[in-house]
Amino acid sequence: MLIVSCPCCGITAEETEFHAHGEAHITRHTVGSTDDQMETYLFMRKNPKGVHFERWRHQNGCGKWFHMARDTMTLEVFGTYSAQTYEPPEKLLAEIDAKRPGWRDTA
Amino acid sequence: MSDPVSALKNAAYNAGIAEISELGAVGMITLRGDLSAKVLQKAAVAAAGVNVPDQRQILTEGQGGMAWMSPDELLIMCAYEDANAKLADLQEKLAKTHALAVNVSDARAVFEVRGPDAREVMAKLAPVDLAPDQFTTGMFRRSRLAQVPTAFWMPQEDTFRLICFRSVAQYVFDVLCAAAQPGSEVEYF
Repeated sequence: MLIVSCPCCGITAEETEFHAHGEAHITRHTVGSTDDQMETYLFMRKNPKGVHFERWRHQNGCGKWFHMARDTMTLEVFGTYSAQTYEPPEKLLAEIDAKRPGWRDTA
Repeated sequence: MSDPVSALKNAAYNAGIAEISELGAVGMITLRGDLSAKVLQKAAVAAAGVNVPDQRQILTEGQGGMAWMSPDELLIMCAYEDANAKLADLQEKLAKTHALAVNVSDARAVFEVRGPDAREVMAKLAPVDLAPDQFTTGMFRRSRLAQVPTAFWMPQEDTFRLICFRSVAQYVFDVLCAAAQPGSEVEYF
């Protein structure tokens, strides 16, 4: 069971109040892209054992989308952050670096 | 004009550890927009008769009230028959603002759970910390009740009011009655 804090309404609740919507920070290739890029956008997803960045929605609460960084193995939630960004905040990345040294090599 | 009919025609259940009742037709207006905009705040206050509530709070005054739904949404409550007039007034005041106001009175159902064990009944169904020091009057919480989304608050100690979609009103009533069945006190709080 994940304990999630919504960055939009500030509620901390367990995961059944939320809904996961897959990997975050995917580049949306569109008109003019190659077949390979299109395939990557549509089908290729990471499946790491460890740090993973995901899109979530506060389904039964404020209804807002946000991002979450968590560990797929220990289920530790490193943090949540705004949906209006292309990449995780530096502060959160630094925290993950401290907790999981070397995670970027396998991500 | 036809008479308003609430989802369950004021169904009630009094045989359990808490009294469950459907509250009939309640006027509700959803207002979305930039909550920090002065013009929107003024229009909302005029419609609801109370100030704009803080994050996750509700303010009520008689039949009127206003609840914080999300960073860009407020729920204005009023008497059922006043909803259309208040809506027209809101829309006029917000004509030049990027905002949305809709009368959702007929899309919702409102329930009341009353009694010393009301907290327990709610706590059985919602994944929310309802300990007396954690959930108090004035707070407004959107969550789920068993399998459906609901929003609830405590107008006073030992009383919960909750809003759900009209289409799931029967489900919510049934699940509340099941959680309040006689002899089911947990006595946790």
